[in-house]
Order: sequence, then C-alpha cells, then structure tokens
Amino acid sequence: MTDALLTGANASTEVSLKRRLRRAERTRQVKALALVAPLLVFLLFTFAGPIIGMLWRAVDDREVRQVLPQTIAALANWDGKDLPDEKTYVALASDILVARASGTIAIAAKRLNYALNGFRTILTSTARNLKAMPEPGTSKEALGKINPAWRERSTWTTIKDASGPVTGFYLLAALDLTRNADGAIVAAPPDQAIYRDIFARTFLISLGVTALCLLLGFPVAYLLATLPPGRSNLLMIFVLLPFWTSLLVRTCAWIVLLQSKGVVNDSLHWLGIIDEPLRLIYNRFGVCVAMTHVLLPFMILPLYSSMKAISPAYMRAAASLGAAPLTAFLRIYLPQTLPGIGAGSLLVFILALGYYITPALVGGAADQMISYFIALYTTETANWGLASALGAVLLLATLLLALAYGKLVQGQQVTGGMKN
Amino acid sequence: MSDNPSLRTPSQRIAWTATVAISTLVFIFLIAPILAIMPLSFSSGSYLTYPLPGLSLRWYDDFINSPRWMNSLKNSMIIGIASTLLSMLLGTLAALGLAQWKSRFKPLVLAFVLSPVVVPGVITAVGLYFFFAPIGLTGSYLGLILAHTALATPFVVITVGATLQSFDTNLARAAASLGASPLQAFQRVILPLILPGLASGALFAFATSFDEVVIVLFMAGPEQRTLPREMFSGIRENISPTITAAAVILTTVSIILLATLEGLRRRNERLKGGSA
Repeated sequence: MTDALLTGANASTEVSLKRRLRRAERTRQVKALALVAPLLVFLLFTFAGPIIGMLWRAVDDREVRQVLPQTIAALANWDGKDLPDEKTYVALASDILVARASGTIAIAAKRLNYALNGFRTILTSTARNLKAMPEPGTSKEALGKINPAWRERSTWTTIKDASGPVTGFYLLAALDLTRNADGAIVAAPPDQAIYRDIFARTFLISLGVTALCLLLGFPVAYLLATLPPGRSNLLMIFVLLPFWTSLLVRTCAWIVLLQSKGVVNDSLHWLGIIDEPLRLIYNRFGVCVAMTHVLLPFMILPLYSSMKAISPAYMRAAASLGAAPLTAFLRIYLPQTLPGIGAGSLLVFILALGYYITPALVGGAADQMISYFIALYTTETANWGLASALGAVLLLATLLLALAYGKLVQGQQVTGGMKN
Repeated sequence: MSDNPSLRTPSQRIAWTATVAISTLVFIFLIAPILAIMPLSFSSGSYLTYPLPGLSLRWYDDFINSPRWMNSLKNSMIIGIASTLLSMLLGTLAALGLAQWKSRFKPLVLAFVLSPVVVPGVITAVGLYFFFAPIGLTGSYLGLILAHTALATPFVVITVGATLQSFDTNLARAAASLGASPLQAFQRVILPLILPGLASGALFAFATSFDEVVIVLFMAGPEQRTLPREMFSGIRENISPTITAAAVILTTVSIILLATLEGLRRRNERLKGGSA
C-alpha cells in the first residue's frame, strides 16, 4: 500500500519535473526569439519590404488603368479581331477629356510609349485636338480623323495589353522578349533588344575578374598559409589594408595611376617601351584591373582559410610514397583546396555581378554592367517598371549563386569571406 | 624565405621561388595604388602627376576650409556613429537570441539576417528609394541611418555570434546559481567576456557605413552627402588634388580601424593562450 503510494508520488513528481523542464525550455526559446525579433522587424522594414516593393513594381501595371478607366472597361469585352465598337471609342474620348483636364494624360502616354514607339504622340495629339465629346454615334470617325492610328488594330491591342493590373511586360522586356499582336512571346525587335547583351557583358566581366582573382590569389594564399605565422601575419597586412581602404580611394588611385599622364604611362614612356600614352582607363581594361584589385582580398581570404586547414602531413606522406612534387600537388593538395576555390570564386563572382561604382567611374559606355542600367532607369528616365524587372533578374541570379555558396561553405569554416 | 621545411628537391625550390615572386608582384599590385595616391596630396601643383613640383599642405587646407568637404565628413561621422550604435543594439540582441534558439528554421532566419551583405547594393538602394520616398525618409538623416544599419548589422551578428560560440554558457549558469539576476549576469559576466567581439562588430559596422556610397547616391539629399559621396562626384567631374587629401584622410581612418581590430585579435589570442 505504502509502496504503491510512493511509486505513484515518484511518478507524479517525475511527470511534473519533465513538464516543468519542458516549460522552462519553452520559455527559454520564446525569450531567445524575442531577442531576435527586433532585428527581424527592423530588416522587414528596411530591407525585405523595399525589395518586395521593388519586385512588385516589376509586374505592377496600373498607370493606363488609372488614366483610361472607361476605355479599359470597354476593352474587356473586345475580342481583338476587328476594331473595337463605337462604345469603346466613346469611352476613350470621355477618358481623354477627363485626363486632359486633370493633367494625367502624360502618365498613360509614357507607359504606352514603352510598348509601342510613337504612342506618346498619338495620345497627346488626340488630347490636344479633341475639344469636346463627339456627336453621338460619330466617336469612331472623329477620333480616326484626329489621328489615323485609332483606325489601327495594333493601337488598341497595345492599350489592352497595358490594362493591368499586373503585367509580364517589363520582365519580358528585361529578357529582350515581347508579345506580338496574337499574344505569343517572341524576340523583341533588334533596336530594343539590348539587355541580353548587357547581362552577357555583366557575366563575362564578372567571370574574367573571378578568373584573374583566382590566378593572382592562389599563389598568395598558398604563400600565406605555408609561411610561419609571424611572417604570414605581417604579409597579411598587404591583403587587409586594401580590403579596409575605401572603395572610392582605390578607384581614385587607379585613375591616377592609369590615366594618360599617369604613373604607369609615364614610366613606360621613360623606359622607352611606348611613344604614345596607352589608353588604360575608361575602358574594359581599366574596369577589370580596378575590379580585380577591389575583389582580390575576397578570394585570398577564403583560399587562405581552406589551405590553412590542410595538414602538411598529407604532402609528406605523398612524398614518402614516392609521388613527385607536382603529382603530390595536383593529386593531394589541389583537391583539398577545391572548397576554398569554390567559395572564393562564388563570392567574388556574386560581388562582381552587382558591381556599380567602379565600372561607373572607370568604364566607358560599353563597359557598364547591369547595375548601371538599373540605376539609370530609376533616377534618370524614371522607367521604374523596367528598372525593377532588371533588378529582379539580377536578384534571382545573385540568390541562386548565394544558395550554392551557402551549400558549399556549410560545415566549412570559411569566415574569410566576411571581413575578418 | 628559404626556411620552408618541405624544400628538398631543386624543382620544389623553383616552384617555391616562383610562388614568392608572383606573390610579391601581387602584393605590389595590391598596395602600390594606395601608396601612390598619398604623396600627391602633399603636392604643391594642381596636376596629379609625378614628379611632384614641390611639397605643400594646400590641398589639406582646401579640404578643411571647404564647407562642402567638411560637411560631408561631419555627415559620414553622424551617420556612421548612429548606425553603428543602432546595429550594435539590434545585432547583439539577435546574436544572443540566435545562440540560444533551437529550431529547424534557424538557418533560414540566419540567411535572412545575413542577406543584406549579399544582395547587390543597387537593388537595395532602388528598393529603399521607392519604399522610403512616400514616407519622407529619402533626403533625411534618419533614412540613411536606417539603411546603413540594415547593411551593417549582419557583420555585428557574425562577429558577436562568433564570440558567443566560444563562450562557456556554464559561466552564465554559475552566475545565476549564485543569485545574479539575468541582467546582472549579463552585465558582470557575459558582457566583459564578449566585449572584444562587440568591439570588432562595432568597427565593422562603422567601416561599412563609412565606406558605403550606392545607397547614399540614391537616398541622400544635398544636405546628407557623405565623404564617399563627395568623392564619387569629385572623381566624376575632375580629380582635383583635394580628393587625394580626402583619400588620405579616409585611408588613415581605415588604418586606425584595422590596427584596432588587430589589437583586439592579439588580445583575444593572448587571453585564450592564458586560459589554456
């Protein structure tokens, strides 16, 4: 009887202890999450929100709908085969009169002009010449008289395509694609197809810079990893000082060195190697040199971390088993540095893809990378839809590469990628 | 450099010599531009060419007496210090929370917290420009401080997180068992131990803000132009030697930050060595 009571009591204390432990652990987890929460909320406001907003702008298409609401409503029933009916023309005339009075016609004109060159003129000339609502039943004729474009089917398909509220127009344009009159996705006309070239150029420059960084960075990382710590720490300053020096200082320095009367040209002239100054800056060469300089530490540091972790015993073992130094290097050492090579290359490539400042300052018109066009369409031409669509493509490429980078460094201690 | 222990054969010696030679060239490539720009700031002439016609401090004088440059230096300091403080607060709390938090979503949250480092500057800048303009945060100090804080905080989370990883949680438990309140335990036990990590986090945060230019290009009004922003337009228009003076000042700041960081690292290593 007492035994049974005791066991029962034991069991209940055990249960309550477990429960209390669980509860304590839960409280701990809630507290931990509460500590992380302020940063998450902050980043939602200052980072995630803005980027989601930008992505939304890449598909947002409400400008025409806001300016020409009745036309859009009337076009909803249009089969797209012949010209729309009289009712649609009445709606357009009414919309244009309202839009002219409120001064919003330019908003729709700008958007429609992206899709069909010359649409701005069609819309503004119509707005200028349409004095009042045409007589009942004559709208079609009256508008056609003001601008013959209203007698063309393509004018109306353009409006229907731009009727929103969302569109794939900008995303397609960012990939040099467009929809033809039948709604099929086709290649954009050659005079508008520039973005694939720009993306290709961005990838090519990034790839070249990554290759250069690997080529220059590998021996340096090897040297730093092999030397005794005292000496390698000292030499590390050569890597860390540029790393910490402002990007603009370094870009400025390259301009000073590479300009036509700069140090490099002067020295080459003085040595008698050249007669005329070489063009070393404001071209592709300058961009690659300056970008390699900026990104080289991002290659050296991860490589150094991975090489530092390779035990010299492996190479000694290979040598003692009769491997020639080159064989031992290629078959034993190099494979072990592959994670470092992968991490460093991906990091440099990711950073190079999004580069803006250096090409903007030391590149010519033909060396500008995708970031430059995103900035251009945002601040200069205010084509926000296209800027956002180009941004979305760049973001996607970056995130995919970052994902690969994350997989690669998982479980690996490559802190070198961070400023450390 | 001949004391490498594994150099036995002539071919190994050749390979090693080649490594040293190539590395030396790369070191020159890395450091020469920074060194080359410095003497020009002391030139008495107005052209950025060697040989210098003479030495003078006129370009530093120009810098100090220019309201434009001084204002940009002041802005860089205000925005840098404010975003450092804010990112220290948010980043340290988050690092403390992440160290205790156990969940399968943790890698996802960590990736999100670190993503401002990876996302291209132009994308963040364009997004912020659209997002902050309607609520009046473009052309304001607050907007820039918030944006720079978002960029700097990942570095704080990483550095403080790394320090916490080597931190023995038993010490906090011991403090609690001796009757310390959580706040007391944090102040007296945890804080002093993670202080070097906090300090390097702060340095990274400050350096991030101090060097940032893309967001400033999009978001700053004429009043909030920072030092890198002034340098950007200076380089675009025409490079006057005043820019080289600004460059030397910026580089000096970097060297101070780097030296402080190195000092912290050494101190940390010493402490670790002492306890082992």
